[in-house]
Amino acid sequence: MSEKKEFVETKYYIMPKGEKFILESGAKLSELKIAYETYGKLNRDKTNAVLICHALSGDAHAAGYHSGDKKPGWWDDMIGPGKAFDTDKYFVICSNILGGCKGTSGPNSINPATGKHYGLSFPIVSIKDMVDAQKKLIDHLKIDNLLSVCGGSMGGMQALQWAISYPDNVVSCIPIASSYKHSAQQIAFDEVGRQAIMADPAWNGGDYYDKDHPSAGLAVARMIGHITYMSDKSMEHKFGRILKKKELGYEFTSEFEVEGYLRYRGDSFVKRFDANSYLYITKAMDYFDLQQDKKLYNAFKGIKSTRFLVIAFSSDWLYPSAQSKEIVKALKMNGIDVTYCEVSSDYGHDAFLLEFAEESKLIRHFLDKTFKKADKKT
Amino acid sequence: MTGKKKEELRLDHKVIGDLVEAGSMVLDLGCGDGDLLQYLVENKEVRGSGVEINEEAIYMCVEKGLSVSHGDIDSGLKEYPDKLFDYVIFNQTMQQVYKPKEAIAEALRVGRKVIIGFPNFCHIKARLQIFFTGHVPITPSLPYTWYDTPNLHFLSIKDFKEFCAEQAINIEKKVFLSEERIVRFFPNIFALNAIYQISK
Repeated sequence: MSEKKEFVETKYYIMPKGEKFILESGAKLSELKIAYETYGKLNRDKTNAVLICHALSGDAHAAGYHSGDKKPGWWDDMIGPGKAFDTDKYFVICSNILGGCKGTSGPNSINPATGKHYGLSFPIVSIKDMVDAQKKLIDHLKIDNLLSVCGGSMGGMQALQWAISYPDNVVSCIPIASSYKHSAQQIAFDEVGRQAIMADPAWNGGDYYDKDHPSAGLAVARMIGHITYMSDKSMEHKFGRILKKKELGYEFTSEFEVEGYLRYRGDSFVKRFDANSYLYITKAMDYFDLQQDKKLYNAFKGIKSTRFLVIAFSSDWLYPSAQSKEIVKALKMNGIDVTYCEVSSDYGHDAFLLEFAEESKLIRHFLDKTFKKADKKT
Repeated sequence: MTGKKKEELRLDHKVIGDLVEAGSMVLDLGCGDGDLLQYLVENKEVRGSGVEINEEAIYMCVEKGLSVSHGDIDSGLKEYPDKLFDYVIFNQTMQQVYKPKEAIAEALRVGRKVIIGFPNFCHIKARLQIFFTGHVPITPSLPYTWYDTPNLHFLSIKDFKEFCAEQAINIEKKVFLSEERIVRFFPNIFALNAIYQISK
Protein backbone atom coordinates (compact mmCIF):
# COMPACT_ATOMS: atom_id res chain seq x y z
CA MET A 1 0.00 0.00 0.00
CA SER A 2 1.57 3.25 -1.03
CA GLU A 3 0.53 6.14 1.10
CA LYS A 4 1.51 9.71 1.46
CA LYS A 5 3.81 10.43 4.39
CA GLU A 6 2.10 12.68 6.92
CA PHE A 7 4.60 15.09 8.45
CA VAL A 8 4.02 16.23 12.00
CA GLU A 9 5.74 18.40 14.59
CA THR A 10 5.89 18.23 18.35
CA LYS A 11 4.27 21.23 20.04
CA TYR A 12 4.61 22.46 23.60
CA TYR A 13 2.20 23.64 26.26
CA ILE A 14 3.76 25.83 28.91
CA MET A 15 1.82 26.46 32.12
CA PRO A 16 1.17 30.21 32.48
CA LYS A 17 3.39 31.99 34.97
CA GLY A 18 1.93 32.22 38.46
CA GLU A 19 -0.01 28.95 38.16
CA LYS A 20 1.09 25.98 40.19
CA PHE A 21 0.75 22.30 39.47
CA ILE A 22 -0.02 20.39 42.64
CA LEU A 23 0.84 16.71 42.72
CA GLU A 24 -0.86 13.86 44.52
CA SER A 25 2.00 13.79 47.05
CA GLY A 26 1.34 17.44 47.91
CA ALA A 27 4.50 18.62 46.13
CA LYS A 28 4.19 21.59 43.77
CA LEU A 29 5.71 22.40 40.41
CA SER A 30 6.00 26.08 39.53
CA GLU A 31 6.90 25.28 35.94
CA LEU A 32 5.22 22.73 33.75
CA LYS A 33 5.91 22.01 30.11
CA ILE A 34 4.06 19.37 28.11
CA ALA A 35 5.21 18.07 24.73
CA TYR A 36 2.31 17.02 22.52
CA GLU A 37 1.30 16.25 18.97
CA THR A 38 -2.06 16.37 17.25
CA TYR A 39 -3.33 14.64 14.14
CA GLY A 40 -6.50 15.45 12.21
CA LYS A 41 -8.80 18.40 12.79
CA LEU A 42 -10.93 19.34 15.76
CA ASN A 43 -14.53 19.72 14.54
CA ARG A 44 -16.58 22.83 15.22
CA ASP A 45 -18.51 21.31 18.14
CA LYS A 46 -15.28 19.82 19.53
CA THR A 47 -16.84 16.39 19.81
CA ASN A 48 -14.19 14.40 17.96
CA ALA A 49 -11.12 14.67 20.22
CA VAL A 50 -9.35 11.46 21.16
CA LEU A 51 -6.49 11.32 23.64
CA ILE A 52 -3.86 8.62 23.23
CA CYS A 53 -1.79 7.83 26.33
CA HIS A 54 1.62 6.25 25.86
CA ALA A 55 3.33 3.50 27.82
CA LEU A 56 6.59 3.45 29.79
CA SER A 57 9.02 4.23 26.98
CA GLY A 58 6.70 6.07 24.60
CA ASP A 59 6.49 9.74 23.74
CA ALA A 60 4.21 12.34 22.19
CA HIS A 61 5.16 11.24 18.68
CA ALA A 62 2.46 8.62 18.16
CA ALA A 63 1.91 8.94 14.42
CA GLY A 64 3.16 10.47 11.21
CA TYR A 65 6.76 11.38 10.41
CA HIS A 66 9.07 14.02 11.77
CA SER A 67 10.89 15.59 8.87
CA GLY A 68 14.06 13.66 8.11
CA ASP A 69 12.90 10.55 9.99
CA LYS A 70 12.65 7.16 8.31
CA LYS A 71 10.38 5.67 10.97
CA PRO A 72 6.93 7.00 11.87
CA GLY A 73 5.51 7.51 15.40
CA TRP A 74 5.11 4.57 17.77
CA TRP A 75 1.44 3.82 16.96
CA ASP A 76 1.34 4.94 13.35
CA ASP A 77 -0.33 1.64 12.41
CA MET A 78 -3.37 2.73 14.40
CA ILE A 79 -3.52 6.50 13.87
CA GLY A 80 -3.93 8.17 10.48
CA PRO A 81 -6.33 8.69 7.60
CA GLY A 82 -8.57 5.62 7.26
CA LYS A 83 -6.93 3.85 10.19
CA ALA A 84 -8.62 2.77 13.46
CA PHE A 85 -8.15 6.26 14.90
CA ASP A 86 -9.19 7.79 11.61
CA THR A 87 -7.71 11.28 11.42
CA ASP A 88 -10.18 12.14 8.66
CA LYS A 89 -12.85 11.88 11.38
CA TYR A 90 -11.13 12.39 14.70
CA PHE A 91 -8.77 14.89 16.25
CA VAL A 92 -6.11 12.76 17.92
CA ILE A 93 -3.85 14.11 20.68
CA CYS A 94 -0.86 12.44 22.26
CA SER A 95 1.36 14.01 24.91
CA ASN A 96 4.52 12.96 26.69
CA ILE A 97 3.79 12.01 30.29
CA LEU A 98 4.75 14.02 33.35
CA GLY A 99 8.06 12.64 34.62
CA GLY A 100 9.05 11.62 31.10
CA CYS A 101 12.12 12.67 29.18
CA LYS A 102 10.71 13.52 25.77
CA GLY A 103 9.88 17.18 26.18
CA THR A 104 7.49 17.15 29.16
CA SER A 105 8.70 18.22 32.60
CA GLY A 106 10.62 15.45 34.32
CA PRO A 107 13.82 14.77 36.23
CA ASN A 108 15.94 15.80 33.24
CA SER A 109 14.28 19.26 33.11
CA ILE A 110 15.93 22.32 34.57
CA ASN A 111 14.79 23.16 38.08
CA PRO A 112 13.94 26.90 37.99
CA ALA A 113 15.00 27.24 41.65
CA THR A 114 18.57 26.04 41.03
CA GLY A 115 19.15 26.44 37.30
CA LYS A 116 20.34 22.82 37.24
CA HIS A 117 18.70 19.55 36.22
CA TYR A 118 16.18 18.35 38.77
CA GLY A 119 17.54 14.84 39.06
CA LEU A 120 16.05 13.28 42.19
CA SER A 121 14.78 16.64 43.43
CA PHE A 122 11.93 16.27 40.92
CA PRO A 123 8.86 15.26 42.92
CA ILE A 124 7.58 11.69 42.71
CA VAL A 125 4.71 11.55 40.22
CA SER A 126 1.68 9.26 40.05
CA ILE A 127 -0.50 8.09 37.19
CA LYS A 128 -3.12 10.54 38.48
CA ASP A 129 -0.57 13.37 38.24
CA MET A 130 0.15 12.40 34.63
CA VAL A 131 -3.57 12.56 33.91
CA ASP A 132 -3.98 15.90 35.69
CA ALA A 133 -1.15 17.31 33.58
CA GLN A 134 -2.90 16.03 30.43
CA LYS A 135 -6.10 17.70 31.66
CA LYS A 136 -4.24 21.03 31.70
CA LEU A 137 -3.27 20.47 28.07
CA ILE A 138 -6.82 19.50 27.09
CA ASP A 139 -8.19 22.62 28.84
CA HIS A 140 -5.56 24.68 27.04
CA LEU A 141 -6.81 23.22 23.74
CA LYS A 142 -10.30 24.34 24.86
CA ILE A 143 -11.72 20.85 24.67
CA ASP A 144 -14.39 19.97 27.24
CA ASN A 145 -15.09 16.35 26.43
CA LEU A 146 -12.87 13.65 25.03
CA LEU A 147 -14.64 11.27 22.69
CA SER A 148 -12.18 8.66 23.87
CA VAL A 149 -9.10 8.16 26.00
CA CYS A 150 -7.07 5.16 24.91
CA GLY A 151 -3.76 3.62 25.82
CA GLY A 152 -1.87 0.36 26.15
CA SER A 153 -0.06 -0.88 29.25
CA MET A 154 0.68 2.18 31.42
CA GLY A 155 -1.30 4.16 28.83
CA GLY A 156 -4.30 2.03 29.80
CA MET A 157 -3.80 2.98 33.45
CA GLN A 158 -3.95 6.63 32.43
CA ALA A 159 -7.10 5.98 30.38
CA LEU A 160 -8.77 4.34 33.40
CA GLN A 161 -7.62 7.16 35.67
CA TRP A 162 -9.09 9.69 33.23
CA ALA A 163 -12.48 8.00 33.40
CA ILE A 164 -12.33 8.04 37.20
CA SER A 165 -10.86 11.52 37.71
CA TYR A 166 -12.97 13.21 35.01
CA PRO A 167 -16.02 10.99 34.48
CA ASP A 168 -18.11 13.76 32.94
CA ASN A 169 -15.46 14.62 30.37
CA VAL A 170 -14.68 11.14 29.05
CA VAL A 171 -17.22 9.74 26.59
CA SER A 172 -15.37 6.47 26.15
CA CYS A 173 -12.33 4.71 27.53
CA ILE A 174 -10.14 2.06 25.87
CA PRO A 175 -7.59 0.43 28.21
CA ILE A 176 -5.46 -2.15 26.38
CA ALA A 177 -3.20 -4.81 27.94
CA SER A 178 -3.43 -2.93 31.19
CA SER A 179 -4.34 -3.28 34.84
CA TYR A 180 -6.20 -1.59 37.67
CA LYS A 181 -3.21 -2.03 39.99
CA HIS A 182 0.38 -3.17 39.93
CA SER A 183 0.66 -6.63 41.40
CA ALA A 184 3.59 -7.87 43.50
CA GLN A 185 5.11 -9.46 40.40
CA GLN A 186 4.80 -6.27 38.39
CA ILE A 187 6.35 -4.22 41.19
CA ALA A 188 9.12 -6.81 41.50
CA PHE A 189 10.17 -6.51 37.86
CA ASP A 190 10.17 -2.72 38.14
CA GLU A 191 12.30 -2.87 41.26
CA VAL A 192 14.91 -5.06 39.54
CA GLY A 193 15.06 -2.49 36.74
CA ARG A 194 15.48 0.35 39.21
CA GLN A 195 18.15 -1.51 41.14
CA ALA A 196 20.08 -2.11 37.92
CA ILE A 197 20.14 1.65 37.30
CA MET A 198 20.97 2.60 40.88
CA ALA A 199 23.75 0.00 41.08
CA ASP A 200 25.51 1.68 38.16
CA PRO A 201 28.20 3.96 39.74
CA ALA A 202 27.53 6.50 36.99
CA TRP A 203 24.01 6.98 38.35
CA ASN A 204 25.57 8.97 41.19
CA GLY A 205 22.38 9.48 43.17
CA GLY A 206 20.60 10.74 40.07
CA ASP A 207 23.12 13.53 39.50
CA TYR A 208 24.81 12.65 36.22
CA TYR A 209 23.48 15.09 33.64
CA ASP A 210 26.83 16.80 32.99
CA LYS A 211 28.79 13.54 33.27
CA ASP A 212 28.62 9.99 31.93
CA HIS A 213 25.08 8.66 32.14
CA PRO A 214 24.30 5.31 33.85
CA SER A 215 23.95 3.61 30.48
CA ALA A 216 24.97 0.14 31.62
CA GLY A 217 22.33 0.14 34.37
CA LEU A 218 19.58 1.53 32.16
CA ALA A 219 20.43 -1.00 29.44
CA VAL A 220 20.04 -3.88 31.89
CA ALA A 221 16.72 -2.41 33.09
CA ARG A 222 15.53 -2.32 29.50
CA MET A 223 16.71 -5.88 28.86
CA ILE A 224 14.66 -7.12 31.81
CA GLY A 225 11.73 -5.13 30.51
CA HIS A 226 11.99 -6.70 27.07
CA ILE A 227 11.91 -10.21 28.51
CA THR A 228 8.64 -9.39 30.24
CA TYR A 229 7.18 -7.89 27.05
CA MET A 230 7.60 -11.11 25.07
CA SER A 231 6.12 -14.56 25.58
CA ASP A 232 7.99 -17.82 25.88
CA LYS A 233 6.52 -18.81 22.54
CA SER A 234 7.45 -15.58 20.74
CA MET A 235 11.02 -15.79 22.06
CA GLU A 236 11.30 -19.42 21.05
CA HIS A 237 9.98 -18.56 17.62
CA LYS A 238 12.21 -15.52 17.17
CA PHE A 239 15.46 -16.82 18.65
CA GLY A 240 15.24 -20.43 19.77
CA ARG A 241 18.81 -21.50 20.58
CA ILE A 242 20.22 -19.95 17.44
CA LEU A 243 23.87 -18.95 17.78
CA LYS A 244 25.38 -15.87 16.19
CA LYS A 245 28.44 -17.91 15.14
CA LYS A 246 28.45 -21.45 13.84
CA GLU A 247 29.55 -23.08 17.08
CA LEU A 248 29.99 -22.44 20.76
CA GLY A 249 32.95 -20.20 21.57
CA TYR A 250 33.41 -21.24 25.21
CA GLU A 251 33.62 -17.64 26.34
CA PHE A 252 31.37 -14.99 27.95
CA THR A 253 30.53 -13.05 24.84
CA SER A 254 27.07 -12.59 23.45
CA GLU A 255 26.72 -15.94 21.68
CA PHE A 256 23.02 -16.62 21.42
CA GLU A 257 20.79 -14.55 19.15
CA VAL A 258 18.57 -13.72 22.11
CA GLU A 259 21.55 -12.25 23.98
CA GLY A 260 22.48 -10.11 21.01
CA TYR A 261 18.89 -8.93 20.67
CA LEU A 262 18.60 -7.91 24.31
CA ARG A 263 21.95 -6.12 24.23
CA TYR A 264 20.96 -4.30 21.06
CA ARG A 265 17.63 -3.29 22.64
CA GLY A 266 19.39 -2.13 25.80
CA ASP A 267 22.03 -0.14 23.92
CA SER A 268 19.57 1.58 21.60
CA PHE A 269 17.30 2.46 24.54
CA VAL A 270 19.99 4.35 26.46
CA LYS A 271 20.46 6.66 23.46
CA ARG A 272 16.90 7.85 23.71
CA PHE A 273 15.88 7.53 27.33
CA ASP A 274 16.79 9.09 30.67
CA ALA A 275 17.63 6.72 33.52
CA ASN A 276 16.01 8.93 36.17
CA SER A 277 12.81 9.06 34.12
CA TYR A 278 12.83 5.27 34.12
CA LEU A 279 12.91 5.35 37.94
CA TYR A 280 10.10 7.90 38.19
CA ILE A 281 7.79 6.26 35.68
CA THR A 282 8.16 2.74 37.06
CA LYS A 283 7.50 4.16 40.53
CA ALA A 284 4.30 5.79 39.27
CA MET A 285 3.14 2.44 37.90
CA ASP A 286 3.98 0.67 41.15
CA TYR A 287 1.95 3.22 43.12
CA PHE A 288 -1.02 2.67 40.81
CA ASP A 289 -3.98 0.99 42.50
CA LEU A 290 -7.52 2.02 41.68
CA GLN A 291 -9.09 -0.08 44.42
CA GLN A 292 -10.81 1.87 47.15
CA ASP A 293 -11.11 0.03 50.46
CA LYS A 294 -9.62 -2.90 48.54
CA LYS A 295 -12.63 -2.88 46.22
CA LEU A 296 -12.27 -2.05 42.55
CA TYR A 297 -16.07 -1.77 42.32
CA ASN A 298 -15.99 1.44 44.36
CA ALA A 299 -13.50 3.09 41.99
CA PHE A 300 -16.03 3.22 39.17
CA LYS A 301 -19.02 4.47 41.19
CA GLY A 302 -18.76 8.02 39.88
CA ILE A 303 -18.98 6.98 36.23
CA LYS A 304 -22.34 7.65 34.63
CA SER A 305 -22.24 7.39 30.87
CA THR A 306 -18.67 6.54 29.85
CA ARG A 307 -18.52 3.47 27.57
CA PHE A 308 -15.58 1.08 27.85
CA LEU A 309 -13.72 -1.16 25.46
CA VAL A 310 -11.27 -3.35 27.35
CA ILE A 311 -8.73 -5.36 25.35
CA ALA A 312 -6.32 -8.01 26.64
CA PHE A 313 -4.01 -10.48 24.90
CA SER A 314 -3.94 -14.20 25.57
CA SER A 315 -0.15 -14.58 25.92
CA ASP A 316 0.44 -11.38 27.91
CA TRP A 317 1.83 -12.60 31.24
CA LEU A 318 3.06 -9.18 32.39
CA TYR A 319 -0.45 -7.70 32.32
CA PRO A 320 -2.48 -10.91 32.23
CA SER A 321 -6.05 -10.94 30.96
CA ALA A 322 -7.25 -11.78 34.49
CA GLN A 323 -6.50 -8.16 35.45
CA SER A 324 -8.55 -6.87 32.51
CA LYS A 325 -11.36 -9.23 33.46
CA GLU A 326 -11.39 -7.75 36.97
CA ILE A 327 -11.84 -4.31 35.40
CA VAL A 328 -14.69 -5.59 33.23
CA LYS A 329 -16.31 -7.25 36.22
CA ALA A 330 -16.15 -4.09 38.35
CA LEU A 331 -17.56 -2.01 35.49
CA LYS A 332 -20.44 -4.44 35.01
CA MET A 333 -21.20 -4.43 38.70
CA ASN A 334 -21.71 -0.69 38.32
CA GLY A 335 -23.99 -1.24 35.33
CA ILE A 336 -21.49 0.46 33.02
CA ASP A 337 -21.53 -0.27 29.28
CA VAL A 338 -18.45 -2.37 28.54
CA THR A 339 -17.13 -4.48 25.69
CA TYR A 340 -14.31 -6.90 26.39
CA CYS A 341 -12.15 -8.95 24.07
CA GLU A 342 -9.20 -11.19 24.79
CA VAL A 343 -7.32 -11.24 21.50
CA SER A 344 -5.46 -14.47 20.90
CA SER A 345 -1.84 -13.63 20.22
CA ASP A 346 1.60 -15.16 20.78
CA TYR A 347 3.36 -11.82 21.14
CA GLY A 348 2.97 -11.44 24.90
CA HIS A 349 2.61 -7.92 26.28
CA ASP A 350 4.15 -6.46 23.10
CA ALA A 351 0.96 -7.54 21.31
CA PHE A 352 -0.63 -4.16 22.00
CA LEU A 353 1.96 -2.60 19.66
CA LEU A 354 1.83 -5.41 17.10
CA GLU A 355 -1.68 -6.84 16.80
CA PHE A 356 -3.04 -3.73 15.17
CA ALA A 357 -5.29 -5.60 12.72
CA GLU A 358 -7.35 -7.04 15.60
CA GLU A 359 -7.18 -3.88 17.67
CA SER A 360 -8.30 -1.88 14.65
CA LYS A 361 -11.33 -4.10 14.10
CA LEU A 362 -12.47 -3.47 17.65
CA ILE A 363 -11.52 0.18 18.05
CA ARG A 364 -12.73 1.43 14.66
CA HIS A 365 -16.29 0.21 15.20
CA PHE A 366 -16.40 0.98 18.91
CA LEU A 367 -15.35 4.58 18.23
CA ASP A 368 -17.74 4.90 15.33
CA LYS A 369 -20.65 3.76 17.52
CA THR A 370 -19.53 6.06 20.35
CA PHE A 371 -19.25 9.02 18.00
CA LYS A 372 -22.72 8.42 16.52
CA LYS A 373 -24.22 7.99 19.97
CA ALA A 374 -22.59 11.18 21.25
CA ASP A 375 -23.73 13.02 18.14
CA LYS A 376 -27.35 11.99 18.76
CA LYS A 377 -27.26 13.42 22.26
CA THR A 378 -26.05 16.89 21.24
CA MET B 1 -25.13 -23.95 8.83
CA THR B 2 -27.75 -24.83 6.23
CA GLY B 3 -30.07 -22.31 4.63
CA LYS B 4 -33.04 -23.99 6.27
CA LYS B 5 -31.49 -23.61 9.70
CA LYS B 6 -30.88 -19.93 9.10
CA GLU B 7 -34.50 -19.32 8.16
CA GLU B 8 -35.63 -21.09 11.25
CA LEU B 9 -33.36 -19.01 13.43
CA ARG B 10 -34.98 -15.93 12.01
CA LEU B 11 -38.30 -17.28 13.20
CA ASP B 12 -36.63 -17.76 16.61
CA HIS B 13 -35.59 -14.16 16.57
CA LYS B 14 -39.04 -12.98 15.65
CA VAL B 15 -40.64 -15.02 18.43
CA ILE B 16 -38.13 -13.76 20.99
CA GLY B 17 -38.62 -10.23 19.70
CA ASP B 18 -42.35 -10.61 20.34
CA LEU B 19 -41.70 -11.76 23.91
CA VAL B 20 -39.33 -8.92 24.81
CA GLU B 21 -40.86 -5.65 25.92
CA ALA B 22 -39.68 -2.60 24.01
CA GLY B 23 -37.02 -0.47 25.70
CA SER B 24 -36.01 -3.13 28.19
CA MET B 25 -32.53 -4.14 29.28
CA VAL B 26 -31.38 -7.42 27.76
CA LEU B 27 -28.42 -9.76 28.28
CA ASP B 28 -27.88 -12.34 25.55
CA LEU B 29 -25.82 -15.29 26.78
CA GLY B 30 -23.90 -16.85 23.93
CA CYS B 31 -24.91 -14.08 21.55
CA GLY B 32 -22.82 -15.42 18.65
CA ASP B 33 -22.34 -12.89 15.88
CA GLY B 34 -25.00 -10.68 17.45
CA ASP B 35 -27.84 -11.10 14.94
CA LEU B 36 -30.53 -11.53 17.60
CA LEU B 37 -29.21 -8.67 19.75
CA GLN B 38 -29.02 -6.40 16.74
CA TYR B 39 -32.59 -7.36 15.82
CA LEU B 40 -33.74 -6.52 19.35
CA VAL B 41 -31.79 -3.26 19.47
CA GLU B 42 -33.14 -2.13 16.12
CA ASN B 43 -36.73 -3.37 16.43
CA LYS B 44 -37.44 -3.27 20.15
CA GLU B 45 -35.03 -0.51 21.14
CA VAL B 46 -33.59 -2.61 23.93
CA ARG B 47 -30.40 -1.74 25.74
CA GLY B 48 -28.57 -4.92 24.98
CA SER B 49 -25.32 -6.60 25.81
CA GLY B 50 -23.97 -10.04 25.12
CA VAL B 51 -21.57 -12.67 26.34
CA GLU B 52 -19.75 -14.74 23.74
CA ILE B 53 -16.82 -17.17 23.84
CA ASN B 54 -15.78 -17.02 20.18
CA GLU B 55 -13.27 -14.29 19.35
CA GLU B 56 -14.32 -13.90 15.72
CA ALA B 57 -17.95 -13.54 16.81
CA ILE B 58 -16.87 -10.75 19.18
CA TYR B 59 -15.43 -8.80 16.24
CA MET B 60 -18.72 -9.22 14.36
CA CYS B 61 -20.72 -7.99 17.35
CA VAL B 62 -18.49 -4.93 17.76
CA GLU B 63 -18.85 -4.24 14.05
CA LYS B 64 -22.61 -4.17 14.60
CA GLY B 65 -22.10 -1.62 17.36
CA LEU B 66 -23.06 -4.06 20.11
CA SER B 67 -21.58 -4.23 23.59
CA VAL B 68 -20.29 -7.70 24.17
CA SER B 69 -18.05 -9.48 26.62
CA HIS B 70 -15.60 -12.20 25.70
CA GLY B 71 -16.04 -15.07 28.10
CA ASP B 72 -17.85 -18.26 28.90
CA ILE B 73 -21.22 -18.51 30.56
CA ASP B 74 -20.13 -21.32 32.85
CA SER B 75 -17.72 -19.08 34.72
CA GLY B 76 -20.81 -17.37 36.02
CA LEU B 77 -22.55 -14.04 36.00
CA LYS B 78 -21.17 -13.01 39.37
CA GLU B 79 -20.31 -9.52 38.18
CA TYR B 80 -23.93 -8.66 37.57
CA PRO B 81 -26.07 -7.40 40.45
CA ASP B 82 -29.41 -9.12 41.13
CA LYS B 83 -32.19 -8.34 38.66
CA LEU B 84 -30.04 -5.94 36.64
CA PHE B 85 -31.68 -7.10 33.41
CA ASP B 86 -35.29 -7.27 32.35
CA TYR B 87 -34.49 -10.28 30.19
CA VAL B 88 -31.65 -12.76 30.08
CA ILE B 89 -31.66 -14.78 26.87
CA PHE B 90 -30.21 -18.21 26.21
CA ASN B 91 -31.02 -18.81 22.58
CA GLN B 92 -29.72 -22.22 21.51
CA THR B 93 -26.92 -21.98 24.04
CA MET B 94 -28.29 -23.45 27.27
CA GLN B 95 -27.68 -26.99 25.96
CA GLN B 96 -24.05 -26.05 25.29
CA VAL B 97 -22.97 -25.00 28.78
CA TYR B 98 -21.40 -27.48 31.18
CA LYS B 99 -23.84 -26.89 34.00
CA PRO B 100 -27.24 -25.76 32.72
CA LYS B 101 -28.91 -25.92 36.12
CA GLU B 102 -26.42 -23.48 37.63
CA ALA B 103 -26.43 -21.29 34.52
CA ILE B 104 -30.23 -21.02 34.56
CA ALA B 105 -30.20 -20.24 38.29
CA GLU B 106 -27.66 -17.44 37.70
CA ALA B 107 -29.68 -16.10 34.77
CA LEU B 108 -32.79 -16.02 36.98
CA ARG B 109 -30.82 -14.14 39.62
CA VAL B 110 -29.57 -11.37 37.31
CA GLY B 111 -32.69 -11.18 35.14
CA ARG B 112 -36.33 -10.60 36.01
CA LYS B 113 -37.26 -12.94 33.20
CA VAL B 114 -35.24 -15.55 31.34
CA ILE B 115 -35.93 -16.60 27.76
CA ILE B 116 -34.58 -20.01 26.80
CA GLY B 117 -34.64 -21.42 23.28
CA PHE B 118 -33.53 -25.03 22.86
CA PRO B 119 -33.77 -27.87 20.32
CA ASN B 120 -36.26 -30.62 21.13
CA PHE B 121 -34.53 -33.98 21.18
CA CYS B 122 -37.85 -35.88 21.02
CA HIS B 123 -39.09 -34.49 17.72
CA ILE B 124 -40.78 -37.13 15.57
CA LYS B 125 -37.81 -37.23 13.15
CA ALA B 126 -35.43 -37.95 16.01
CA ARG B 127 -37.70 -40.62 17.44
CA LEU B 128 -38.00 -42.35 14.08
CA GLN B 129 -34.26 -42.21 13.42
CA ILE B 130 -33.47 -43.79 16.74
CA PHE B 131 -36.17 -46.40 16.41
CA PHE B 132 -35.66 -47.40 12.77
CA THR B 133 -32.03 -46.66 11.98
CA GLY B 134 -30.43 -47.10 15.39
CA HIS B 135 -28.48 -43.86 14.93
CA VAL B 136 -28.18 -40.81 17.12
CA PRO B 137 -30.61 -38.46 15.38
CA ILE B 138 -29.68 -35.58 13.09
CA THR B 139 -32.56 -33.12 12.62
CA PRO B 140 -32.88 -29.53 11.39
CA SER B 141 -32.61 -28.28 14.97
CA LEU B 142 -29.94 -30.83 15.92
CA PRO B 143 -27.85 -30.85 12.74
CA TYR B 144 -24.61 -32.19 14.19
CA THR B 145 -22.87 -35.54 14.21
CA TRP B 146 -22.17 -37.00 17.66
CA TYR B 147 -18.43 -36.40 17.26
CA ASP B 148 -18.60 -32.78 16.19
CA THR B 149 -21.29 -30.95 18.09
CA PRO B 150 -21.38 -27.94 20.40
CA ASN B 151 -24.27 -29.53 22.28
CA LEU B 152 -23.44 -31.15 25.59
CA HIS B 153 -26.96 -31.80 26.83
CA PHE B 154 -29.99 -33.23 25.08
CA LEU B 155 -33.46 -32.63 26.35
CA SER B 156 -37.07 -32.73 25.30
CA ILE B 157 -39.82 -30.21 25.89
CA LYS B 158 -41.25 -32.57 28.49
CA ASP B 159 -37.87 -32.73 30.25
CA PHE B 160 -37.69 -28.96 30.45
CA LYS B 161 -41.22 -28.68 31.78
CA GLU B 162 -40.42 -31.17 34.53
CA PHE B 163 -37.15 -29.40 35.30
CA CYS B 164 -39.02 -26.12 35.84
CA ALA B 165 -41.51 -27.84 38.14
CA GLU B 166 -38.69 -29.42 40.18
CA GLN B 167 -36.81 -26.13 40.48
CA ALA B 168 -39.96 -24.15 41.33
CA ILE B 169 -39.49 -22.03 38.22
CA ASN B 170 -42.57 -20.30 36.78
CA ILE B 171 -43.26 -20.85 33.13
CA GLU B 172 -44.73 -17.55 31.93
CA LYS B 173 -44.89 -18.15 28.22
CA LYS B 174 -43.93 -20.87 25.79
CA VAL B 175 -43.76 -21.03 22.01
CA PHE B 176 -43.01 -24.15 19.96
CA LEU B 177 -41.56 -24.04 16.49
CA SER B 178 -41.24 -26.30 13.52
CA GLU B 179 -38.95 -25.24 10.71
CA GLU B 180 -41.21 -22.49 9.45
CA ARG B 181 -44.19 -22.12 11.75
CA ILE B 182 -45.52 -22.22 15.27
CA VAL B 183 -46.52 -25.68 16.52
CA ARG B 184 -49.67 -25.83 18.65
CA PHE B 185 -50.39 -29.54 19.08
CA PHE B 186 -48.22 -32.24 20.60
CA PRO B 187 -45.13 -30.05 20.67
CA ASN B 188 -42.95 -32.74 22.22
CA ILE B 189 -43.46 -34.70 19.02
CA PHE B 190 -43.83 -32.03 16.36
CA ALA B 191 -41.72 -29.06 17.55
CA LEU B 192 -38.08 -28.81 16.53
CA ASN B 193 -37.43 -25.95 18.91
CA ALA B 194 -39.02 -24.58 22.05
CA ILE B 195 -38.80 -21.09 23.46
CA TYR B 196 -39.74 -20.58 27.10
CA GLN B 197 -40.05 -17.43 29.11
CA ILE B 198 -39.49 -18.25 32.76
CA SER B 199 -39.13 -16.41 36.05
CA LYS B 200 -38.64 -17.16 39.70
